Amino acid sequence: MKLIINGEAKEFSQTKLNVEELLVLENVEQPDMVSVQLNDEFLKKPDYAAVFLKDDDAVNFLYFMGGGE
Amino acid sequence: MIDLNDEELERYSRHIILEDVGIEGQEKILNSKVLIIGAGGLGSPIAYYLAAAGVGEIGIVDGDVVDLSNLQRQIAHTTADVGIPKVESAKAKMLAVNPHVKVNIYHTMLYSGNILEIIGPYDFIIDGTDNFASKFLINDACVLLNKPLSHGGILRFSGQTMTIKPRESACYACVFDSPPPAGVVPTCSSAGILGAVAGMLGTIQAAEALKFITGAGTPLYNTLLAFDAKSMLFRSVKLKRNPKCRVCGENGITELRDYEQALCEVKNA
Repeated sequence: MKLIINGEAKEFSQTKLNVEELLVLENVEQPDMVSVQLNDEFLKKPDYAAVFLKDDDAVNFLYFMGGGE
Repeated sequence: MIDLNDEELERYSRHIILEDVGIEGQEKILNSKVLIIGAGGLGSPIAYYLAAAGVGEIGIVDGDVVDLSNLQRQIAHTTADVGIPKVESAKAKMLAVNPHVKVNIYHTMLYSGNILEIIGPYDFIIDGTDNFASKFLINDACVLLNKPLSHGGILRFSGQTMTIKPRESACYACVFDSPPPAGVVPTCSSAGILGAVAGMLGTIQAAEALKFITGAGTPLYNTLLAFDAKSMLFRSVKLKRNPKCRVCGENGITELRDYEQALCEVKNA
């Protein structure tokens, strides 16, 4: 299936893929440090395994950045 | 409104000739009150540019003193300032640039018990703090008091910022909900920060404040602007308010609380 990850189209061989699996495929090492946006909506972490992606879904990984000092 | 004298007309001439600012916009700047929270890597360039722009009253909050390890990026402070409160050091530089601005300093850490009183008098709030407990508290307080806010965060070679008009555009908690668990959080002190990246993001935040005050352009409402200085790619992520947001949603907050803070990031700014 084709997904738009952080604004860029990407082809995945999987036909069934949930958000938790996508985080692994995309090498997000610390899922606690990202907020996941799927087609404009933000997902709750406990829902990651239950949310399955479909063709042309747009997924953004937004990273926590706590610095400023 | 203030009548600009000859000195002011000359000092602010490059603003005044801007079609979107003009004399009217410059007068708005001179009559505005902006609060900078954190006198560090983000707060330093913000303080310089707001003072230079003539923002009439600038508040600056920071509980720390200048440390040698700050000087690689916190350009409001010099080698001679090591050991003095950052707010005093920053105030001196701001007045050196522009003696006409009024600078209010708050040498204190922000917490739920003092933040409403401190941000109350200001028109626009800028978050330049270095920890999630402060960032979430500032967002909460700005939503409660309906204060427009520029959020900023930096790490290593990256930065991100969004401008928030409470209950009209997405707030920080619409995007990030609540602080990440302590222990997984890399901070500037543990992960590092390229000094110039702090300057890049701080100047964007200062520009957002001046846009808000003058009405020029479109603030970063419902937009998270993120950049990576290694590739020098900038990305604008479109956001929308979360109707179920813990802070600004239908059942949003009605009072403040302090967020827990990891031990490694106890410094306020």
